[in-house]
Amino acid sequence: MSVLTEAPVDLTPSQSDDRTDSQLLEVSMGPQHPSTHGVFRMDVALDGERVVKLKPVFGYLHRNHEKIAETESYLGCMPYTDRLDYICSITNNWAYALAVEKLAGIQVPERAEYLRVITGELTRLQNHAGLVGFLMQDMGASGTPLMYAFREREKILDLFEALTGARMMCNYMRFGGCRVDAPAGWLQQAQKVIDAFPRFLDEFERLLVSNEILMARTQGVGVVSREQAVNAGISGPMARASGVNYDLRKVDKYGIYDRFSFRVPLGENGDVYDRYMLRVLEMRESVEILKQAMRDVPSGPIMDPNTKTRGFRPKAGEAYGRIEGPKGELGFYLISDGSSNPYRFRVRPPSLINLTLLEDMCLGQNVADIVIILGSVDIVLGEVDR
Amino acid sequence: MNLEEIKSEIEANVPGCSLEIIPNGSPSGQHSLLVDPDHAFAVAGFLRDAANLRLDYCSNVTGVDWPAKEVSTKVKTKKVVDGVEQEVDEVLKTQSGGYLEAVYHLFSVEQRQGPVVLRMRTEDRADRVHLPSLTPVWRSADYQEREIFDLFGIIFDGHPDLRRLLMWEGFEDHPMRRDYVDPDDYEYEPTAHDEVLKRAKEHLSAEGGL
Amino acid sequence: MDEQLKSELGRQGVVATSLQELYNWGRKCSVWPLNFGLACCAIEMIAATMARYDLARFGAEVFRPSPRQADLMIVAGTVTKKMAPQVVRLYNQMAEPKYVISMGACAISGGPFKQGYNVLKGIDRYIPVDVYIPGCPPRPEALIDAFLLLQKMIDEQRLTGPNRPRHLNADLPSEFIVPEFGAHDLVPPQNPEVWKVPLVNISIAGKNESGRD
Repeated sequence: MSVLTEAPVDLTPSQSDDRTDSQLLEVSMGPQHPSTHGVFRMDVALDGERVVKLKPVFGYLHRNHEKIAETESYLGCMPYTDRLDYICSITNNWAYALAVEKLAGIQVPERAEYLRVITGELTRLQNHAGLVGFLMQDMGASGTPLMYAFREREKILDLFEALTGARMMCNYMRFGGCRVDAPAGWLQQAQKVIDAFPRFLDEFERLLVSNEILMARTQGVGVVSREQAVNAGISGPMARASGVNYDLRKVDKYGIYDRFSFRVPLGENGDVYDRYMLRVLEMRESVEILKQAMRDVPSGPIMDPNTKTRGFRPKAGEAYGRIEGPKGELGFYLISDGSSNPYRFRVRPPSLINLTLLEDMCLGQNVADIVIILGSVDIVLGEVDR
Repeated sequence: MNLEEIKSEIEANVPGCSLEIIPNGSPSGQHSLLVDPDHAFAVAGFLRDAANLRLDYCSNVTGVDWPAKEVSTKVKTKKVVDGVEQEVDEVLKTQSGGYLEAVYHLFSVEQRQGPVVLRMRTEDRADRVHLPSLTPVWRSADYQEREIFDLFGIIFDGHPDLRRLLMWEGFEDHPMRRDYVDPDDYEYEPTAHDEVLKRAKEHLSAEGGL
Repeated sequence: MDEQLKSELGRQGVVATSLQELYNWGRKCSVWPLNFGLACCAIEMIAATMARYDLARFGAEVFRPSPRQADLMIVAGTVTKKMAPQVVRLYNQMAEPKYVISMGACAISGGPFKQGYNVLKGIDRYIPVDVYIPGCPPRPEALIDAFLLLQKMIDEQRLTGPNRPRHLNADLPSEFIVPEFGAHDLVPPQNPEVWKVPLVNISIAGKNESGRD
């Protein structure tokens, strides 16, 4: 197995081609484009409707997270992580907290671990629901599926707001635990949302899964093989749709994920349809995890009493911590020089690395398929460009 | 498989390469392997394909800037002063840093192991900043090496498409370097203090506004 | 027209209005925003159009992907230096009358990313802004509030006289310079016609002076 990057495609039409009328059309999709999920740009060369070259252009939302973090304290970096993948702030907090806990050797109390799992899986639910909605929007199902998804998302955001005080930028985790405990009645409220969620999934599936248009648009489009996916560092649902059995919740068993029984759905074809179905199936598994976590959540402290978040100075050294974020492997690589600011703060962005194969997926497809292939990768520009 | 074993395995299979284990002082215990740039490509290919390692998944690639700095350590030495032997504190000055570093975090999907941390160092921070690109081995390094080239200025030889990733074409600096100077971009803050106040003052006096 | 007479006529089923009122009423109730999201705030902007907050109640549900068809630009998110020329270009492409809502801390001043080397310290350095919404990100209610404020502004505009809106005054510019990418920064770093360095009192060692009066 050796997957090498191809040389840049020559844009001049080949002379040996019989079609003398063939002329390539260069289109710049983005950075302002309704279906690029933000400010993402692709330089596309088209032969009729067929894509012959696609070069992504990044950086339109490069907000210098890594540079700013070098002047912030370890705690001060936490709110910035909210804004990386701004749809899933809680899992970003978790990944960063986990990396710092590795760097400084901090333990997390039981109840905090459960709260992390509950909020983390709720984040996954609302991310996947939103993604499916946006994907349908990209396919032309304007409005309805996205509205259904956002209706569910709002319910989960209400829970986040009751718990953390903010809808989107939760800033919830701390090194060695969580910032606040669940207020009275919050768990019961969450239980209601979780119990009602499968009904939404049933409804969504009846509406979409065997929809003929959806199947015609997505099956066999944007195929990624297993070998390509591993070599290109694809992670998360996109890798599993190509049959890569690699879920960090099972591999690393970080936190307390070894206590829950859940299945890891795998795709066979690695096309857009598999990626879509995988999200739907993962939502079902997340509901299972949530049910078990809600059943077992113990009482107790939510912060490790020996950790001080203010004036926190870990020993010189480095650590790489990663979690299974809703978009893939979200990792933080931290280097400490013993001071109160990280010497190096690196985010391993799943959204950016999952785009590595974008050109391979799109070559030979129609221009309208670019949009749904990009939609099925599940990117958030805050994380792609950082 | 621990890092010592991996090191001896590589040395047995990639002749001529020089490896060094860089210890990590934090409780994470993720020690890393410093590879000489000349043999890095062969080492990477070996790590990916060796049957008992199969590090097929290069998760994270990043750059680190280590500017040259003087580290002074106090050492107690014995000296003969006025015929009497005394213990005197002596300050030893050593040079450290002065290079750019590329760090690769490798995992194995097949054997579910990792991370194995590879490091490569450039000769200096000015013009001898070439390192071999590992993109032909792990394609996931493609954008990440471009990002390092953009923000740190390491030139990866053998990269198929080495262009700036995040900043625009024609931008001249490498902003993630620690000695990067921001453009003079006056910012108004009602209660400016520290760095912002200093910069605002510099800006206003340069404009002749004060 | 006499207000009392007007309301009396209204009770009788006769609608009397002025051209200005009719014109402003029509404009304020069909503001079409540009479908243009930059960062985090864009998600809240989308949430504002969805079922719970339902921006459509105010006549603004028609998000247009083309600037030619839009009246309102909601700058929702961090404007980076790489993106700033595109934002200005989009603004220039919009037809008059056009309005700008600067949504969130980043679009106002750079927000939490102000120190970033690639972050523009507020979109008002290049284009005129009508309504600012603070917050990081502002809630959908805040966007609706900004929207109502904009409607009020439109309603209060007088079509004649020296304070008439920009699109009725040929002397006022409708397009602004698009910055270019320089070697270290955008060129120019701000548009002096739109943005003036604010008044600031800074004491420089020894002497206490007020700068920039």
